[in-house]
Amino acid sequence: MVPTLSIEDLSISFAQRNARLEAVQRVSLAIAPAECVGIIGESGSGKTQVFMAAMGLLTKNAAASGSIRFEGGELLNADAAALNRIRGSKLTMIFQDPMTSLAPHLSIGLQLSEVLICHAGMSRRDAWSFAGDMLERVRVPQPKRRLREYPHQLSGGMRQRVMIGMSLLCEPKLVIADEPTSALDVTIQAQLIELLRVMRGELGMGLVLISHDLGVVAGLADRILVMYAGRIVESAPAGELFRHARHPYTAEMLKCIPKLSGPRLARLPTLAGQPPQPGESLEGCAFAPRCPLVRDRCRTERPLLAGGGDFSVACHFPLSHE
Amino acid sequence: MSGLTDDAARRLRANPAAVFALYVILALVALALFGPWLNPNSIEALDWLHVAARPGLQSAHWFGTDRLGRDLFVRTLAGTRVSLGVGLVASVVSLVVGLSYGAIAGYSGGRTDHLMMRIIEILSGLPLIFFVILLTVVFGRSEYLLFFSIGAVGWLTMARIVRGQTMSIRRREFIEAAVASGANTRRIIVKHVIPNVIGPVIVYATLSVPQIVLFESFLSFLGLGVQEPHASLGTLIAEGAGEMESAPWILLVPGGFLALLLLCLNIFGDGLRDALDVKEG
Repeated sequence: MVPTLSIEDLSISFAQRNARLEAVQRVSLAIAPAECVGIIGESGSGKTQVFMAAMGLLTKNAAASGSIRFEGGELLNADAAALNRIRGSKLTMIFQDPMTSLAPHLSIGLQLSEVLICHAGMSRRDAWSFAGDMLERVRVPQPKRRLREYPHQLSGGMRQRVMIGMSLLCEPKLVIADEPTSALDVTIQAQLIELLRVMRGELGMGLVLISHDLGVVAGLADRILVMYAGRIVESAPAGELFRHARHPYTAEMLKCIPKLSGPRLARLPTLAGQPPQPGESLEGCAFAPRCPLVRDRCRTERPLLAGGGDFSVACHFPLSHE
Repeated sequence: MSGLTDDAARRLRANPAAVFALYVILALVALALFGPWLNPNSIEALDWLHVAARPGLQSAHWFGTDRLGRDLFVRTLAGTRVSLGVGLVASVVSLVVGLSYGAIAGYSGGRTDHLMMRIIEILSGLPLIFFVILLTVVFGRSEYLLFFSIGAVGWLTMARIVRGQTMSIRRREFIEAAVASGANTRRIIVKHVIPNVIGPVIVYATLSVPQIVLFESFLSFLGLGVQEPHASLGTLIAEGAGEMESAPWILLVPGGFLALLLLCLNIFGDGLRDALDVKEG
């Protein structure tokens, strides 16, 4: 089966005044049709940049190498006209902050129908009524009225529903949701995650869910990739990852989630130390300075992502769960 | 746009000075357009029986006549028309050119932006008066040349303003979202950038009309602008300045019109700025 999106050996670096910052290093991943993949990582782990590269949204000082193929076609360093045929229709993105991602001077209806006019070649009138139908599908109350309203007249949750609706207008093959709920409160988060699940059932699109919130990803993803310092360190089916983390980083991160059952801890466990700075060059494993199980080999030799089937891990001494 | 422009219109209506200034401007425009029909005199006819006549409603010359016996009422209104026309056309020219130039430079950024801005700096380095004199020498005097030369310089500041605004908007998320939705550069500039910079641009354009009117008057005063027998407020004032002691009305009538026009345009422009400036509203 041809994957919807396949990324091979992607590296991204940013030119600084007198240095190059390696933000993403040799990332490879594939997303099957209709698969939901969660990408987990701390701020600065490069998880967003990987998909910004796919959308052609890297800043001008960025240099990317490798390959990003969408349904077989190369996206990386493709020209804008070719990208514009794909992004917004077959490959769409939901941004973190719905407050600032909608154009403030255009009505909701106009912004939605513009996508349809551009990509599907619909007439103004058809696009408008289709946009109304979409608002109804993403559970925006009074969709007909909302079409004529402006972003500032809608609540944050409503706006993110509009953003989700906008990303689904042209029946995309893959939707990239970059921290879609981080700017919203917890109850709205749950509603939107539920909405994404329902829409995925209806439209059968693939979904990439980028988040630093394990809870958000846990409920939705089929498979989870963990990123640390610009590399993928572990990949596993969602349920397996939570039960049997193999990489010490994943395991330590899972320990930091407060539990409702069990003895009450005096202090929430945290992961000591800081991730390496992007400029720092490490010979060994990037996690070695913080790893509780670190050995000499970890400091000198970088572990590569290896494994079979659904599981892979970049660690010399992965935790075993026999 | 309706939601946002409605708000601005409401704020503008709540400002009595601006509303009053707008009415005066409209009255002056109407007078300049239709006024000459109210009076049988023409701008060129010489009335030898009433040379430098005093203003008065009993005589045929309501505002008096100049030293050649030409009717000052008709000449002042015709002059107002020319001055307003120059101001308006030159503002629109500078608006269109400056808006597109500035938006393209600001949105492209990098080398393109650098090059485009250096061109502007070179152009704004040229002394305007020399530029106009040079053009007049090469092409001879004409009103169109006046429009062109004022418009050619007026857009420089406009382009700078638009560029600055565009650069602040370019990095906003909704522009990124538009790129991610597959909108091409032209569409983004036209649909997303320009509507967002239009507020300060309109204000600047409004405030530049009186500047241009003043500049036209200045050029005409120097004899570089509108030529006899046609008149602009500037040429009329220049004429009047010569007769200041014997027949002050020849100076005061067009001078009063110019002052009133400039005052009202400025007050209205200020009101518009306050109405469109959401941050302080």
